[in-house]
Amino acid sequence: MDKMPPWADAVLVPVISLLLAAAISSIVILAIGENPIEALNYMIEGALLSSAGWGQVLYYATNYIFTGLAVAVASHARLFNIGGEGQAQLGGLGIAMLCLFIPFPHWTLAFVFAIVAAGLFGAAWAYIPAVLQAKRDSHIVITTIMFNYIAYALLNYMLVNVLRPEGAMEPASGNFPDNIHLPTFQEMFSYGDTILFRSAPANVSFFLAVIACIGIWVLVWRTRLGYELRAFGQSESAAKYAGINPARITIIAMLISGALAGMMALNTTMGYSERLVLNASEGAGFIGIAVALMGRNHPVGIFFAALLFGFLVQGGTELSFWTSIPTELIVVIQALVILFTGALDNMVRMPLVKLFALGKGDR
Amino acid sequence: MDFLTLLQVLDSTVRLATPLLLACMAGLFSERAGVFDIGLEGKMLFAAFSAGAVAYVTGSAWLGLIAAIAGSVLFALIHGLASITFRGNQLISGVAINFLASGLTVLIAQNWFKQGGRTPSVFSGGRFEEITLPFAETLGSVPIFGPIYADLISGHAILVYIAFAVVPISAFVLYKTRFGLRLRAVGEAPDAVDTAGISVVRLRYTAVIICGVLCGIAGAYLAIGLQAGFVREMTAGRGFIALAALIFANWRPWYAMGTCLLFGLLQAVALRYQNIDLGGITLPVQLMDALPYILTVILLAGFVGKPQPPRAGGEAYVKER
Repeated sequence: MDKMPPWADAVLVPVISLLLAAAISSIVILAIGENPIEALNYMIEGALLSSAGWGQVLYYATNYIFTGLAVAVASHARLFNIGGEGQAQLGGLGIAMLCLFIPFPHWTLAFVFAIVAAGLFGAAWAYIPAVLQAKRDSHIVITTIMFNYIAYALLNYMLVNVLRPEGAMEPASGNFPDNIHLPTFQEMFSYGDTILFRSAPANVSFFLAVIACIGIWVLVWRTRLGYELRAFGQSESAAKYAGINPARITIIAMLISGALAGMMALNTTMGYSERLVLNASEGAGFIGIAVALMGRNHPVGIFFAALLFGFLVQGGTELSFWTSIPTELIVVIQALVILFTGALDNMVRMPLVKLFALGKGDR
Repeated sequence: MDFLTLLQVLDSTVRLATPLLLACMAGLFSERAGVFDIGLEGKMLFAAFSAGAVAYVTGSAWLGLIAAIAGSVLFALIHGLASITFRGNQLISGVAINFLASGLTVLIAQNWFKQGGRTPSVFSGGRFEEITLPFAETLGSVPIFGPIYADLISGHAILVYIAFAVVPISAFVLYKTRFGLRLRAVGEAPDAVDTAGISVVRLRYTAVIICGVLCGIAGAYLAIGLQAGFVREMTAGRGFIALAALIFANWRPWYAMGTCLLFGLLQAVALRYQNIDLGGITLPVQLMDALPYILTVILLAGFVGKPQPPRAGGEAYVKER
């Protein structure tokens, strides 16, 4: 049992899961009286056939890379961090406090400090559930869910009662100073009269996300800590026997995970809205679960899965412009991907395992 | 606070506690049988939509209720398929179910009714009306007891009474019947149940279906009892408050009722007073909103007692060969 070439496990299983999700989504689209092929055309045209579309896709993908990596790092230590949403919102709070109250001479300096602030706030929000799991044996899934709601209430309070400018109705902070505006793709890549990525929100945070992918790969597969993390995730008792402290690993894994989720806010809060708004995480904390599952917890997989979800979200928005299909279709697709790659993994895997066993001539 | 205000707050507590209580009892059956369920929210949401849609189209609250239960059970079966049959991760399956409900309800509602993802308002006949219990009018003039009976106990939709009846029934079923014993056993030591020649799979499916039925009633109450029609995301985290209540109650029926009433009271107070002034210190409404979650985290931290979840919870049972 469980004998399958690694490439099949890494590529075939997610692709088949995705095809299943796509098939069911097509049925849903047919059921509401639209044409799935036409729908796909709209999505591709709106998301991939212009640099402006790509600018949106890469913006969303940046969010999902961060939250996907956050889920993945925790998963390697067999911890299910469902609190990315709350950690990202706290990251946004950290960035807002920094950008609003400290005058920076240049965006580069502000960006560096914002990375630290977002990471620290996100990690801090993951710290309490981590300690409760490590020392008090309380289930991390439950506590991180609770912390999502507590984060939402906290942000709501901070935006309504503390950070909202005098006289403003909307629960949002004031605008960040102009001089710390992060360069967008349009500003970076347009030359002469050619304007690329027109008014797209993608910004320098994307490169940070790519660096994070590389960093996490090095951390998980090329360092002692990463080895301990994976050993702990494989077998807690074996890890203990090898002298790994479970409480320490649990807390470190969650701190890294929370910091990554928090850094997502760099993209949304500092890069795009340039002020703190309510629900700045845009649901990306949850999409991160789908991204990590689909990317098989590997940074390369997560990168492509994040691009895919960026495409789906941007394509879905376009779709709602041109057809009667609401953007909630993407939530359905997201749910199906989580269902097939996560919960019903065995349903996809078992027949494949049998197929490969047949191919090798096993009895 | 005068007596009348107190009665009004308590009345609203009962209404707000009802969906929590039903969802909490739903989770209790599922988790006592060893199937973790963080998809209570999704099942309730889908049930609320089904109830709203069918009650609007047919004009019958009871048909709405049946649709709600059917929709919720369907989702419960997906959870069962993933977590019992295919031994998948129960938590991930729950997450998927929440998103599936969140997306599908708006998608279908928009397609059918074209009102931005809600159902049209359901009027009398399609809603569960408030029932006046016998003698409520005559007893109403009796001091203290009269208003309590007439305003607090009487005057709720039938589903409220069903919800509170579910508590003793569940306690009886769980602790006094053979089925209940087996159900609890399958959540603690499925191998022992299997050794006794009882099907673990069948017991767990039964528990998951009961969970679906109760979530269905909870959703129906939201859409056509408490309110008049379905609106998007109308469960608003109640499934997770119910989950918190379940932990708070340490997976026991009567305690679950107490906790749900407490959390319902918190919601009722937050709804009525917004910011609460306690002689100089103002409690912001956001704190009241977050209090159920904060209390649960404190409890989970083990400062007040120690929750003891079912031992085999979250793990699929693999038969020994």
